[in-house]
Amino acid sequence: MDFSITEEQRQLVETARKFTRERIIPVAQKLDEHGTFPIDICKEGWELGLMNVEIPSEYGGLGLSCLDHVLMMEEINYGCAGIGTTLAGNNLACMPLLLGGSEEQKRHYLGMLTEAPIFAAYACSEPDAGSDVAGMRTTVRKVGDEYVMTGQKRWITNGGYASWYSVFGRIGDPKDRHKGVTCFVVPRDLPGVSVGKKEDKLGQRASNTTDVLFEEVKLTRKNLVGGEGEGFKIAMKTFDRSRPWIAAGATGIMRRALDESRRYALERKAFGQPIAQFQAIQFMLAEMAMKYEATRLLMLKAAWSIGEGRIDAIESSYAKAFGADSAMAVATDAVQIFGGYGYTKEYPVEKLMRDAKLLQIYEGTSQIQRMVIARNLLAQGA
Amino acid sequence: MQIDLSEEQRLLRDTCREFADKELRPNAKKWDREHRFPAEAVKKLFELGLGGVAVPSEWGGAGMDNVSYALAIEEISRGCASTGVTLSVNNSLYCDPIAKYGTDGQKESFLTPYARGEKLGCFGLTEPQAGSDAAEQRTTAVRKGDSYLINGTKNWITNGPVADAIVLFTMTDLSKGTKGITCFVVETKTPGFVRQKADEKLGICASPSCTIFFENMEVPISQRLGQEGDGFKIAMSTLDGGRIGIGAQAIGIGRAAFEEARDYSKIRKTFDIPIFQHQAIQFMLADMATALDAARLLVLRAAWLKDQGKRHTRESSMAKLFASEAANRVADKAVQIHGGMGYSKELDVERHFRDARITEIYEGTSEIQRLVISNLLLK
Ligand SMILES: Cc1cc2nc3c(=O)[nH]c(=O)nc-3n(C[C@H](O)[C@H](O)[C@H](O)COP(=O)(O)OP(=O)(O)OC[C@H]3O[C@@H](n4cnc5c(N)ncnc54)[C@H](O)[C@@H]3O)c2cc1C
Ligand SMILES: Cc1cc2nc3c(=O)[nH]c(=O)nc-3n(C[C@H](O)[C@H](O)[C@H](O)COP(=O)(O)OP(=O)(O)OC[C@H]3O[C@@H](n4cnc5c(N)ncnc54)[C@H](O)[C@@H]3O)c2cc1C
Repeated sequence: MDFSITEEQRQLVETARKFTRERIIPVAQKLDEHGTFPIDICKEGWELGLMNVEIPSEYGGLGLSCLDHVLMMEEINYGCAGIGTTLAGNNLACMPLLLGGSEEQKRHYLGMLTEAPIFAAYACSEPDAGSDVAGMRTTVRKVGDEYVMTGQKRWITNGGYASWYSVFGRIGDPKDRHKGVTCFVVPRDLPGVSVGKKEDKLGQRASNTTDVLFEEVKLTRKNLVGGEGEGFKIAMKTFDRSRPWIAAGATGIMRRALDESRRYALERKAFGQPIAQFQAIQFMLAEMAMKYEATRLLMLKAAWSIGEGRIDAIESSYAKAFGADSAMAVATDAVQIFGGYGYTKEYPVEKLMRDAKLLQIYEGTSQIQRMVIARNLLAQGA
Repeated sequence: MQIDLSEEQRLLRDTCREFADKELRPNAKKWDREHRFPAEAVKKLFELGLGGVAVPSEWGGAGMDNVSYALAIEEISRGCASTGVTLSVNNSLYCDPIAKYGTDGQKESFLTPYARGEKLGCFGLTEPQAGSDAAEQRTTAVRKGDSYLINGTKNWITNGPVADAIVLFTMTDLSKGTKGITCFVVETKTPGFVRQKADEKLGICASPSCTIFFENMEVPISQRLGQEGDGFKIAMSTLDGGRIGIGAQAIGIGRAAFEEARDYSKIRKTFDIPIFQHQAIQFMLADMATALDAARLLVLRAAWLKDQGKRHTRESSMAKLFASEAANRVADKAVQIHGGMGYSKELDVERHFRDARITEIYEGTSEIQRLVISNLLLK
C-alpha cells in the first residue's frame, strides 16, 4: 500500500495547478456568463501538454496513465468544470480509437490532435437515446463496400468545434438493440456532416454542446472502428475508462467549494464571531471534506486499476456516482455557507452548484451507475 | 380538525392557478432570461386583489385570511417564482407591518394604495454586515427637530429597483443593540434614497433586487412605525408572516418541478418502457409528492394559527425550513428525471432548480430557522 505520488506526477499537478490559477480562474466567470468556448485557453493548455494526455507516444502523445490524467484533471476542474469537460471531450473521442481503431486510424486521427490544438468529439447520445445506448436510431446502410450513415446526435461535447467525431450508428434492425451498434470515425468535412443547434445550458457553459447531424454520409472501411456490431462493447469499455475523469471533475469542484467555504467561514461574521465558530457551519465543512476525500480515494483506486490492466466497471461506477452525487451536495452546501452572497454572481459558488449538476447526468446518469453497480454485484451470485 | 378549504379559499386558489397557467408559465422563462420585471402581470394580479390578500378591506386589501394568502402565493410561484416573491414581499413584508403597527394616518398614505396594488412596497432590513444577525444594523437615524436624518446602506432589497416605498429599519441608538432599532416607512422618491444597479443572481432573475444607499435622507417623525426601539420586534413579527409566504413560494416552485418531472416520466422512454416504470424514478416521484404535501400542511397550519391570532413563530419557521429544503430536493430530482434535457435552458426545470435555492437563504437561512425552532423548544 502506497498513497504517495511520483515526482513526475507531482510536477504534472504543479503545472496544471499553476495554469488553473493564472489562466483559468481569472476568466472562468466571464466564459460562463457568455457561454464562450475557451479556445485560447485550450491552445495554451495544449502547448503545456494538458490536452489529449492519454494518447500514447507512438502517436505523438504523452501516453499518460489514467491516474496521471485524473490528478491533472482535478486541478483543471478546480478552476472551471466547463473547461475540464472540454478537455475530457477530446479524450473521450480518442478512446474508441485507442480501444478498437486500426494502426492507420490511430496514426491519422490521434496524430491530428497531437499535431495541432484542435478538437474532436464523442457522438453517442441522441434525442431519444441517452441512457439507453442500444436504443439509438442513427442508421448505417451497407452499400457494396461502403456505408451510408444517417442520424441525429445530441448533447455532443465539442460538437461545434470538432474536426472529427467518434460516432456510433446502427447496422441492421433496431430490434437487434445493441447487436448492430457500430463505431465509425467521421471527419467533420465529409459531405452530409453538419452541426445543429447549440445547447444553452444551466452550467458548464464554457463547454460547447451541440447536435451533430449526419445526412447520407458516405463512409468506407477506413472509417469503421473495430468490427461491425462491436460498437456497443466499445462504447461501454470507453465509459469504464472515462468515468474516473468525471470523478476528477467532482474532486476539483469539491476542493474548490471547500477552499472557498473555509476561507469565507473564517472571514464572515455573524452574532459577533466568525461563522466558522458555529457548529452548523463546522459540520457542513466536515461533511464536505469527507466527501472530497472519499471521492478522491475511489477515483484513485479506479484509475490505478485501469493502469494495472485490472479494469473493473464497478470501480469506475463507484467513483463516478459517488463523486457526482457528492459534488452536488458539497456545492449546494457551499452556497448555503455563503448565505445571500452565495446566490449572487459576485462569488464563485453558485457556478460550482450549476456545474456540479452535470456530473450526475452525463457519461451515464447516477441511476445508470447504480444499475451497473447492482448488475455487477448480483452477477457475483448468492 | 378540518382540512378542507372553504369555498372562498378554493375560488381564490383556482383563480390564481388559472392566471399562472395563462399568464405566468408561458412567459416565465423569457422574463428569467431577460432579467425582466413582469410589470404587466404584477399589475393584473394586483387588479385581482393580490396586493394585500389578508389586509382588511377598509385599508384597500382583499380582507381574506392568511390561508388564502398562502394558497395564492403557492399558485403564483408555481407559474413564476419571481412574481411569487414580488407579491409576497408586498403582502407580508410591506403591508403587514403597517397594518399591524401603523397609525390610521400612516395606513391611509402607506397601506391603502399598496394593498390595492396601485403601488409596490419593499422591505429593508439586511445590510452588508447584517444578514442573519439583524442586530448588527449600521444604518442610523438621527433625530433633528420633527424629523430624522437617515444614513446607511441596505442590500438585496427585493422590489428595490421598482418599489414606491420601503419599510426601513435603522438604528436610533447604536449602544442599545436590538433595542436601538427603529422602523420607518419611506417613499423611494424621497431625496437621499439612492438605488444601485440590480443584483446579478443565480435565480429569481425576474425579481429585481438591489443595494440602496441613504444619504442624509430626511424623514418626518410621522413616518416612524411604532416607537423608537420597536424596530426589532416589528421586524421579527413581520418575518413570522413572511416565512409563511416563502414557504408557500417554495412549495409552488417544487410543485412546478414535480409536475413537469411527473409528466415527462410518462412520455420519456428508455429500455423500451416509460421511465415512470423504473422503480428508481417511481420512488423519486413518490418522495417528491410526499415532501410537497407535508410542506403544504406545515405552511397552512402556520397560516391558520396566524388567522387565529395565535403566536406562530415556531410553526412559521418549521414551515419555511421544511418547505424550502423540500423544494430544493424536489427541483434537484426533477432535473435528474429529465436527464440531459434537465440541464438545458429549453425547458423550465433548470430554472426551478435555480429559483428553489433562494428559499433556503432569504427571510432567515435554514440555519436561522433551526436556531429559532430550537430556542423555542427550550422555552
Ligand atoms: C452537457 C452535456 C454534455 C454531454 N456530452 C455528451 C457527449 O459528448 N457525447 C455523448 O454521446 N453524450 C453526451 N451527453 C449525453 C448524456 O450522456 C445523456 O444526457 C445521458 O446519458 C442521459 O441520457 P438522456 O439525457 O437521454 O436521459 P434519459 O436516458 O432519458 O434518462 C432520463 C431519466 O431516467 C433515468 N433512467 C433511465 N433509464 C433508467 C432505468 N433503467 N432505471 C432507472 N432510471 C433510469 C435517468 O437516470 C434519468 O434520470 C451529454 C449531455 C449533457 C447534458
Ligand atoms: C435574492 C435575495 C433577496 C433578498 N431580499 C431581501 C429583502 O427584500 N429585504 C431584506 O432585508 N433582505 C433581503 N435579503 C437578504 C437575506 O435575508 C439575507 O441574505 C439572509 O438573511 C442571510 O444573510 P447573509 O447573506 O448576510 O448571510 P450570513 O448571515 O452572513 O450567513 C452566512 C452563513 O452563516 C450561517 N449562520 C449565520 N449565523 C449562524 C448561527 N448563529 N448558527 C449557524 N449558522 C449561522 C448562515 O445560515 C449562512 O449559512 C435577500 C437576499 C437575497 C439573496
